[in-house]
Amino acid sequence: MPTSPSDPAAGYDLAVIGAGPAGLAAAVTAADLGLRCALLDAGPRTGGQYYRHPAPGLGATRPGRLHHGWRRYTALAARLAAHTLAGRVDHLAEHHVWTAERAGGWLLHATVGPAAERRASVRARAVLLATGAYERQLPFPGWTLPGVVTAGGAQAMLKSGLVLPGRRIVLAGSGPLLLAAASSLVGAGAEVPVVAEAADYLGYARRPGVPAAVPGKLAEGAVHAAALLRHRVRLLRRTAVVEAHGTDRVTGVTLARLDRDWRPLPGTGRRIACDALAVGHGLLPQIELATELGAETRRTPDGAFALRVDARQRTSLPGLWAAGETCGVGGADLALAEGELAAYAVAGRSPAAGLTGRRARLRAFAELMAAAHRPGPGWPGWLRPDTEVCRCEEVTAGRIGEAVDALGAGDARTVKLLTRAGMGWCQGRMCGSAVACLAGGPAAGPDSRPLAVPVPLGQLGRFGQPAGPGRSAGPQR
Amino acid sequence: MRRTPAALVRAEPQPAHTIEFDGRPVPALPGQSIAAALWAEGILAWRTTRVGGRPRGAFCGIGVCFDCLATVNGRPNQRTCLLPAGPGDTVTTQEGHGRADLAV
Ligand code: FES
Repeated sequence: MPTSPSDPAAGYDLAVIGAGPAGLAAAVTAADLGLRCALLDAGPRTGGQYYRHPAPGLGATRPGRLHHGWRRYTALAARLAAHTLAGRVDHLAEHHVWTAERAGGWLLHATVGPAAERRASVRARAVLLATGAYERQLPFPGWTLPGVVTAGGAQAMLKSGLVLPGRRIVLAGSGPLLLAAASSLVGAGAEVPVVAEAADYLGYARRPGVPAAVPGKLAEGAVHAAALLRHRVRLLRRTAVVEAHGTDRVTGVTLARLDRDWRPLPGTGRRIACDALAVGHGLLPQIELATELGAETRRTPDGAFALRVDARQRTSLPGLWAAGETCGVGGADLALAEGELAAYAVAGRSPAAGLTGRRARLRAFAELMAAAHRPGPGWPGWLRPDTEVCRCEEVTAGRIGEAVDALGAGDARTVKLLTRAGMGWCQGRMCGSAVACLAGGPAAGPDSRPLAVPVPLGQLGRFGQPAGPGRSAGPQR
Repeated sequence: MRRTPAALVRAEPQPAHTIEFDGRPVPALPGQSIAAALWAEGILAWRTTRVGGRPRGAFCGIGVCFDCLATVNGRPNQRTCLLPAGPGDTVTTQEGHGRADLAV
C-alpha cells in the first residue's frame, strides 16, 4: 500500500537519514532543541551497522556483549523513545531513501519494507545525511566462493542473527574493523587462527600526538588486542590473502607477505585451512544521495570520497547537512559528536562547550587512520587474469585489462561501458574502487548513481504521481 | 560453557519455527533473516550466477552486494540477508538471472 504525506505543505523541521550513531545523536539532540524530526532508516531497528543488535525474538539478555560502548546506544535509544512518545520524532523504520528533491525544503522518496513493497515521501525543511559507510573490497582469486564474506558482514550477521559463517574463520584486509570483527567472532565461539592486516601500522607512529589526544581510541584498541591475545589470535602485518581455495565453498586460504606497496613478495605464500574468510579493506562513505544533488566532496587520505562539510557540518548545498562516516570514516565517537554538532547548527544554536574541540581531535585521528590503511598501489599483483573483479556481472581482471590495454579505456567509466563491470545489481558498490584502480588510478570524482538504493520499476513508473491516500509520513499536528 | 553467539549474549530465544530450503526443513529463530537461518544450518550457498553458474550466498550481510538473492515464496531476487524468515516460508536456490518464471 502506498504511503505519502497527504498534505504536501506539512513537513518536518529536520529529516535525518540513517539511525546509526550520527543520525541518532542528531535526531535526539534536535528534538531536545525543539525541532520536529523524522528519523528514516533502512533497518528495522535503530542503531545502524555499528550498534546493530539482535531482533527481539532472539531474546538476547546481554546484547551489549557484542558491542563497545553499548551504554551510549541504550541512552540514545531511551531519549529517542521519549521523544517519539511525545510526538517530537517519528522513527520511520525500513525506509530506504532513494532520492531527494529540492521542493522549497526537501522532498525525500523512499521505498518501504524489506522487499520494497511500498513507498513513502517525506517533506522537511532541512535534511541531515547520516547514511554511514559500506566496506571497500579488493578482489583476489577465489573471493566469490561461498564462505568468503565481508568482515563487516560477518559482524552484522553475528550481531543481528547470532550466526557465524563457519567455525574457523580467517580475517584479512586492512583497517580497525578487522580487529573489532575478530574480537567479536572469537567471543562468539569462532576459532580465528589469523588476522592478516595488509598495512604495517607504522602510519600511526608518524604523528604520535594525534592518537594520544584521543585516549578513548587507544583504550578501544587495547580491549580488542587483549581479546585477541586471550584467544591466541595471531596478528600478521603486511600480509594479505592472495587466494581463497575451494570449489563449492572455501576450504583454505593462501597468505603472502606484502612489500610496502602491497605487492605480494614471491615465495612467501603459505596455506592455512579454514571454513570461512572475512575480508574488508576499510570503509567507503555512502554519499550517493548528496553527490547526485551536486554536493561537494573531498578526497580522504585513503583515497575515498567523502562529503565536504564546514565546521558546523553543513554541506555545500543549502539545507543539507552531513555527519559521521559520510564526512570521512572515523568511527562511532566521531559520528556521535558530529551528529550532535549538526543538530545544534540546524536549530541555529551554538553547540555545547567542548564539542567542537572533541570533534577536531577525533577527526584528526580519523585522517591519520585513513592514511595508515590506504591500499597500496601494488595490490593488483595478487590478481590473475581469471579473477572476477565485478561479482555481479562476473567480469574478470583479464577483461578489464583488455579494455584498458587493447581498447584504450583510460578511466573507470569507459571500462564499465566496455565490460559491464560495475553495472550489475550492486551498481559497483563492491567493485567500484577496484575497477577504478585497474582502469589507471582512482576516479576524478565519486561514482555517479541516479538511484541511491534499488527501486522496483513499478514504483519508479509512478514517480511524480501522488502516492494516493494512506498513512501520512508527514507530521500530524 | 561452550562459546556460541547465543551464549555470548545470553539469548533466551522464542521457539524456532521452520522454513523450507529446496525442499528441506530448516529451523529459524524468530527475528532471524533467511540468510541467518541458512548460515545456522551450515548452508552457505543459495544462488548460482548467470554466466558461470557458480554458487553464491551472503557476502556483505547488509543488503549492498546482492549476492544473497534467492526465490522466496515464488518471488525471485529477494535479498535474504534483509528478509526476516517467516514461518513456512519456502526458499529455493535461484538459478541464473532468477527470472525463470518471469515473476519480476
Ligand atoms: S548479503 Fe549482500 S545483499 Fe545480502
